[in-house]
Amino acid sequence: MRDITLGQYFPGNSPIHRLDPRTKLLGMLAYIIVIFFVKKITVFLLPALFVAMVTYLARVPLSYLVRSLKPIRFLLVFMFFINLFMVKTGDLIWEWRFIQITEGGVYQAVYITLRLVLLLAGTSLMTLTTTPIALTDALEKLLTPFGKLGFPAHELAMMMTIALRFIPTLIEEADKIMKAQMARGADFESGNIFRRAKSMIPVLVPLFISAFRRADELAMAMESRCYHGGKGRTRMHVLRFAPRDAAAAAAFAAMTGMIVLVQALWV
Amino acid sequence: MPIVVEKLNHAYMEGSTLAHDALKDVTLTIGDGEFLGLIGHTGSGKSTFVQHLNGLLQPTSGSVTVDGFDMADKKQRVQGRRLVGMVFQYPEYQLFEETVAKDVAFGVKNMGVPEAEAMARADEAMALVGLAPERFRDKSPFELSGGEKRRAALAGIIVMRPKYLVLDEPMAGLDPLGRRDILDTIDHLRATLGCAVVMVSHSMDDMADRAERVAVLSAGTLLRVGSTAEIFGDAKFLLENGLDVPQVSRLALALRARGVALPETIYAMDEMELALCNLLGKGAEI
Repeated sequence: MRDITLGQYFPGNSPIHRLDPRTKLLGMLAYIIVIFFVKKITVFLLPALFVAMVTYLARVPLSYLVRSLKPIRFLLVFMFFINLFMVKTGDLIWEWRFIQITEGGVYQAVYITLRLVLLLAGTSLMTLTTTPIALTDALEKLLTPFGKLGFPAHELAMMMTIALRFIPTLIEEADKIMKAQMARGADFESGNIFRRAKSMIPVLVPLFISAFRRADELAMAMESRCYHGGKGRTRMHVLRFAPRDAAAAAAFAAMTGMIVLVQALWV
Repeated sequence: MPIVVEKLNHAYMEGSTLAHDALKDVTLTIGDGEFLGLIGHTGSGKSTFVQHLNGLLQPTSGSVTVDGFDMADKKQRVQGRRLVGMVFQYPEYQLFEETVAKDVAFGVKNMGVPEAEAMARADEAMALVGLAPERFRDKSPFELSGGEKRRAALAGIIVMRPKYLVLDEPMAGLDPLGRRDILDTIDHLRATLGCAVVMVSHSMDDMADRAERVAVLSAGTLLRVGSTAEIFGDAKFLLENGLDVPQVSRLALALRARGVALPETIYAMDEMELALCNLLGKGAEI
């Protein structure tokens, strides 16, 4: 239970790690949009090259990137076969009873799979090189302008920070309570799904109570240190764009430009 | 039959870069009905050790046998676990039922005891820890005071009539009066149920006062086991290993440093009283 790692941050001090988290966050959003504009399989080579370059610069082992694909492996396989069997355009390649595979189907299956893989690899790169706290900071900073419209950017970021902070604590707590109940003969491992769900009550009730108690204590501690929301609050680590952020933006723009160019001229 | 711990090793997060040995070759026997105190620094492996007594952790190597039941075996563990009642630190955080009686009865119900008998046993256990059943039975456990909650949680273990009662810091977070209350309750339980007690505590005074035998853990190894008099009589050993000594020992050390001829082995209040009276009777100046 304790082995659950939060997020998938890969510690490092590479140029990519040192990029402003805002650059990485915006970059990721732009990357997602760009990927959806790619219309041909061959053009995927460009974003793939970009991802490879960033991975190299970030010194993230390839195995970490592959591991991040693991949770969606079933989705990938499912999407691949759905497209393979359902898309019926172009010449027929293979047929067996009611199953028909067409050229268009194969193309579409590979296209969709590649798109998904690239999407996930790119976004994983960001979470691999940015701590969750830095991301929250970036989010707060980016959303602050919307505060004029009544959007609670600071509150949202604070909530995320607190949630992140308490995940390990709650895991540890759950572990402790489970052990205590096991010592009283509780059994979490046998029985059907309903029995198992019911057996979680002796863990969940104390866990909720302790979460509320902690929330109460934290609120008290924050108030006693004069916390009164985001107004007039300064920060310890001020986010500043550096030349390397400009370089990253330029590299990204170059990739986007090439994609647009290639698609306009040859596709 | 005793609990026999043989060459127990435990490593956390084995096989990863964060692996570290929490226990190293610990061999110890816990006899019937004895009161064993477990002392050591935070991180010395005390909590890890006591969790092995209940089979909540599995040895990396070595063995734990409770009355002949091998705790590494899944089937035998279930039986062995029933003999060992485990009271964790801050046990009041495990309360969850609507009423105190139901919560106390949770353990026996899991053992398959029928409802009516389980409730009767819950009443009995509550009485044993000093919670009058007729007053507390139908209360919500969350209405109780801190000390009462802890008693209720203790009753939830006692109800299973363990042969060995393992307590991890049972007095943590209580005021001096509450501490003494819990200690008296533990003594009372031991006298009435005849169970052995294994207690982890940071309070050397409580240990010196109640334990019969003391085991000292340091960085995962069992440094020394001996009678309470033997361990606490050797204040130098405790201090050298960065452990605290009972208040009385500290006073004796300070007095000896000023040239008062006190024996080195004094750690209990009554001994101290006797020795000082003796000295004063002889006309010594303090």
